[in-house]
Amino acid sequence: MATAVGVAGQVDWEVPEQIGLWQDAWVRFRRNRLAVIGLAVVALLIIIAFGARLPPTDGGLWHLLHLTGDPFTQNVTNTYALPSLQHPMGTDILGRDLMARVFYGASISLAIGIIVQFLVLAIGGSIGMVAGYFGGRVDNLLMRFTDIMYAFPDLLLVLIFVAAFGPSFWSIFIAIGITNWVNLARLVRGQVLSIKEKEYIEAAKMTGSPPMKLILKHLVPNSLGPVIVTLTFGIPAAIFTEAALSFLGIGIRPPEPSWGVMVEDGYAGIFADPLQVLFPAIAVALTMLSFTFIGDGLRDALDPRMRR
Amino acid sequence: MAVSAGAPLRRGALPFVAWIPKGRAATLAVYIVRRLLWMIPVLFFMVTITFVLMHLAPGGPWDREGRQLSPAVVNNLNIKYGLDKPLWQQFVLYIWGAVHFDFGDSLQSPGQHVSTLLLESWPYTFTVGAVTFILMVPIGVGLGVIAALRQNSWADYSALGMATVFASTPNFVVGIVLIIILAIGMNHLTQGTFYLPTGGLPQPWNPFQAELIMPVITLGALPTAFIARLARSSTLETLRQDYVRTAWAKGLKGRLVVTRHVLKNSLIPVVTALGYLFAFLITGSFIVETLFSIPGIGRTFVNSIESRDYTMILGTTLLFGFIIALANLVVDILYVFIDPRVRLTD
Repeated sequence: MATAVGVAGQVDWEVPEQIGLWQDAWVRFRRNRLAVIGLAVVALLIIIAFGARLPPTDGGLWHLLHLTGDPFTQNVTNTYALPSLQHPMGTDILGRDLMARVFYGASISLAIGIIVQFLVLAIGGSIGMVAGYFGGRVDNLLMRFTDIMYAFPDLLLVLIFVAAFGPSFWSIFIAIGITNWVNLARLVRGQVLSIKEKEYIEAAKMTGSPPMKLILKHLVPNSLGPVIVTLTFGIPAAIFTEAALSFLGIGIRPPEPSWGVMVEDGYAGIFADPLQVLFPAIAVALTMLSFTFIGDGLRDALDPRMRR
Repeated sequence: MAVSAGAPLRRGALPFVAWIPKGRAATLAVYIVRRLLWMIPVLFFMVTITFVLMHLAPGGPWDREGRQLSPAVVNNLNIKYGLDKPLWQQFVLYIWGAVHFDFGDSLQSPGQHVSTLLLESWPYTFTVGAVTFILMVPIGVGLGVIAALRQNSWADYSALGMATVFASTPNFVVGIVLIIILAIGMNHLTQGTFYLPTGGLPQPWNPFQAELIMPVITLGALPTAFIARLARSSTLETLRQDYVRTAWAKGLKGRLVVTRHVLKNSLIPVVTALGYLFAFLITGSFIVETLFSIPGIGRTFVNSIESRDYTMILGTTLLFGFIIALANLVVDILYVFIDPRVRLTD
């Protein structure tokens, strides 16, 4: 953006003011009301997630989120309580406050959903980049591998992986990372293949840019938009995978209150107290929906074909 | 969503066949054979990954909660099921058996063949999946096309809104909300028809039983919404094409424009996505069958993962892989007939 401003200072004033890609994207993102709402919800969730994990000695945010109780403290004299002022979402089978647990669950879902995208980016991005850039035999080999991985349904492989390495946060994390990169690898490869043919790449090559510089200065910035969109849509998918695994009893283990675990717990007592399963279920759905809205907004904002 | 045709279409992809016949039908036949052959490395790779992952894991099928089996018993069991052999030998033996359609005995249900167990649970999964598949395509396409034809009307907004919400709602949430509304909230009204979660699916093959309603909606909500969104956007794009304007301009009736010119082209992305959605139905069956206590393959698979039933896990993985590969093949062949621009040889 700095260069755009610098250039704008020298140009003929007949030309309309120039704005950078990100500024322009932000303007168009803001026009999408649902995307902005989604972003607000996610921002709130991130604050909640951080707050729920703060050490208990800290006042302020931690205190605010634990007003209704502690996610792990059991109270067997007050199980399956209906929502009240003290427990706005009621209590679960062991008398733990449901709202505090839903807050805590946000930290697990968001951590898996967002952080795993870096792993996906590292694997998918590098495989796609290498395949597209080098082409030929390397491309062929990597793409055949990608095809095979594509034939393997994500949840199936994740299930087997988590069963093998034991149900823990990190094994779910790695399992999602090594299964969800396929779409990204294909996207990056396609982008690289199309950008590679552009004149400015040829020009850069002729001026003697080394491959690393070509990749970092030209290929990466030019394929960034679609990659960000794909990664954003990967977040709800990863959140779903974690929740589904935990619901099937193969993911995060109780007493850690992941939303999937809470749904499983609540589902066992659905006839006794339907509300208990409803709150974590709505939390998962709402979070996924918010990320989808953000993804939709980003796609419209970053797609150059939509420019006016 | 990038859904590619899977196997490559290269010359010389059939190494042992020197003579390749000419003509469209023959090309198609060669293509099908190629794709069927391509399934072999895919399935082999899937089995290999699954096998390696399972055996990397600490613990084994004889671990029990609480009281453990005595070492002598475990030793005998290992010998009986060939688990005492070196890993590579076990792998080769499994592959050799699988090639002959012998998938071994289940480790947790003594004396039962894996294939018998899978055949027993197959009808349940098939019925739920088939009913869902048959309903989701026309409903999704219908909603999407109607929404596109009346763009920016209330019908469009409500269809698009619903599709957006359902396309990002996890299936277990849909199922739970259904149970709460139909089985708990309206239990008196519906005479207990939906009093499910413990009820399961009484008849495996009957596609008209009321017990199917909740599982089918749970399984189909997301793919239907996905198809609707896809159909809407591709129809909108097709409606803007020049040849559609020409069709209107030459005075063709509205219905004819839609059926002859618009639908044919706007359906292509939907067909492309069908293979992906098929895989989705299979992984969806894990959740739906657990949620509604249906004794199908998805539930069997989840159970065998929990109990480390190696042979069951491998057998089920192979079956799923085969079904998905077959579905993708059918989709790609359909593709050739729908889109005349697709050429099978390069």
